[in-house]
Amino acid sequence: MTFRRFKGTQKYLTSTSLESAVNCALALERPLLVRGEPGTGKTQLAEAIAEDLGLRLIHWPVKSATRAQDGLYVYDTVQRLYDSRFGDGDVKDIRRYIKYGPLGESFAAAGRTLLLIDEVDKADLEFPNDLLHELDRMRFTVGETGDEIVARERPVVVITSNAEKELPDAFLRRCVFHFIEFPDRELMSRIVRVHHPELEQKLLDESLRSFYAIRDLDGLRKRPSTSELIDWIAVLKRAGIASVELEQGMPFLGALLKREQDLIAFAEATSRGRRPRA
Amino acid sequence: MFVGFLYDLRERGVKAGPAEGLAIAQALQLGLHKGRLDGFYEVARALCVHREQDLDAFDRAFAHHFRGVPDEALRLTEELLQWLKDPVAKRQLTDAERSSLEKLDLEEVRQRMRDRLAEQRERHDKGNKWIGTGGTAPHGSGGTNPNGVRLGEGPGGRGALASAGERRFKDLRSDVTLDTRQIELALRRLRAFVREGALDELDLPGTIAATSRNAGELELKLRPPRRSNLRVILLLDVGGSMDPHADVSGRLFSAAKRATHFKELRTYYFHNCVYGRVYERASLQQGLGLPQLLRECDPSWRLVVVGDASMSPWELQSSGSRWDWQDESGAPGIAWLMQLAQHFQRSAWLNPEPAAAWYGTAELIRRVFPMYRLTLDGLTEAIAQLVRGGGRR
Repeated sequence: MTFRRFKGTQKYLTSTSLESAVNCALALERPLLVRGEPGTGKTQLAEAIAEDLGLRLIHWPVKSATRAQDGLYVYDTVQRLYDSRFGDGDVKDIRRYIKYGPLGESFAAAGRTLLLIDEVDKADLEFPNDLLHELDRMRFTVGETGDEIVARERPVVVITSNAEKELPDAFLRRCVFHFIEFPDRELMSRIVRVHHPELEQKLLDESLRSFYAIRDLDGLRKRPSTSELIDWIAVLKRAGIASVELEQGMPFLGALLKREQDLIAFAEATSRGRRPRA
Repeated sequence: MFVGFLYDLRERGVKAGPAEGLAIAQALQLGLHKGRLDGFYEVARALCVHREQDLDAFDRAFAHHFRGVPDEALRLTEELLQWLKDPVAKRQLTDAERSSLEKLDLEEVRQRMRDRLAEQRERHDKGNKWIGTGGTAPHGSGGTNPNGVRLGEGPGGRGALASAGERRFKDLRSDVTLDTRQIELALRRLRAFVREGALDELDLPGTIAATSRNAGELELKLRPPRRSNLRVILLLDVGGSMDPHADVSGRLFSAAKRATHFKELRTYYFHNCVYGRVYERASLQQGLGLPQLLRECDPSWRLVVVGDASMSPWELQSSGSRWDWQDESGAPGIAWLMQLAQHFQRSAWLNPEPAAAWYGTAELIRRVFPMYRLTLDGLTEAIAQLVRGGGRR
């Protein structure tokens, strides 16, 4: 059996263990569950896989009120009632009023697709369990018409989770798991280079140094991550700042720290650091 | 080697089982490990580990099992496929191998087994030295040594001469404690639905009925969405005799905080017994007077108290001496508890101590509050009692 292997894209750098996990999921046709700190590129990974393998990406952002049924299909009763009253279209044909959700759409699509179930932990506790059957069998039945929708080509399923809630064991068991570790300095500088190719080496070094120093501070509620760093460097470039020093006061700190408590914690930590020298 | 690795993972708390084993076998058959040990490491990790908390345990088990295994000698695929046919596949010994095995008498084997058991720290499968299953050492279970001592049950090699208890299922006992997800699931039942608020949901049966009555003229009926309308007060006993139970009450606390289906949740702390005030912090700071709490929370709130209900009798019944010197009302603890129990329509007391230990002050408090154990069963019973009636107000 052969399959196309995932090797990362120009915009998305991977590690061998990430590639291995993705390829496991592709070969074994299991969902890939990606966890990691917010801002480490979980959603971007799905986009990169879709780009690399040339698949259409179907994005299903999960919210607190999302139900598994919403992913399959919705029966648009209101439209049907409306049409029956005002006479637009064939009301007898109930199929016209079945609208596929993201999961249903990925099954019904003509070619292979990539279904991204984003932030699965946001939904109700039972949500992942409700999806198990459909993801296993890759088919579901539309209750209103009795039609069975079977995936012609098994979609690649990528599921992301922020690790806020524990997911059920039965669900975890069926997934290939990968935890995106926080990049080290070396990988981080390569990642920043991808996004800001013309950045000066001096500013890159300095900003990385300050960035990791801030991440190491105790008592932060939300530590800044890759996406914040990339945004922050973009702001620095726009403002024409050529040098940053943690001790000299950090420009545009709001791009890195987004909670008031964290800004206070940062101010306290830096003033503590200065006091002995003064 | 591979089966032993799976068992080692399980012993370290990584929930890997036959499903994971089969998945790895399949992955290796497809050549996903690229014939290298580090490739195998990545594949096995992606398939066996399901939560990041287990990554470390996986690494330790892996290092323990595969240290010093040269890449080219690794023929895992074959062993795995063999394993799939028989969970602990036995090697058939050739006559030469058979005779090469030491011939030992029973006493000697027993003595060596005792020595080995003393040396051995971990579970072991296969191999020719340690005690485990499917090996060629003279002691263990299901082995093929013609002169071996058998441990535990199961049809094994012919050589088993004696049996000793193995206690294979002792690990199953470890899951009697409540984990956070179990608590979250139990708490989900603590809800009472009510329709109120803006009309923003289509009432489909109502619309169809109204439309039919209207002779086919469309008439839309809307209704407010159904939402849980339950408000909960959680009172936690902290410090002193509750210290051994801090872990389980902490888990209940965090599960309640994360639950999204309560309309409102208030948590307060107290020490030993509730007197004139409860506290917003576990350090018993930021007190709130009980009369004010009762003013703010009407009787439809559900009250859940978590505590071992054990204190010295004077803390409960005397009106003078209490640790909380700020309270000057002079009422005894039991009076405050009764006031709480009478104010709220539904309340429950969760006690982390076993029911056999509910005597003394706990017995008195039991007459005031319905008392349940802080276990999954107790919590489920308490919740059934809390949601009964009084939901639609």
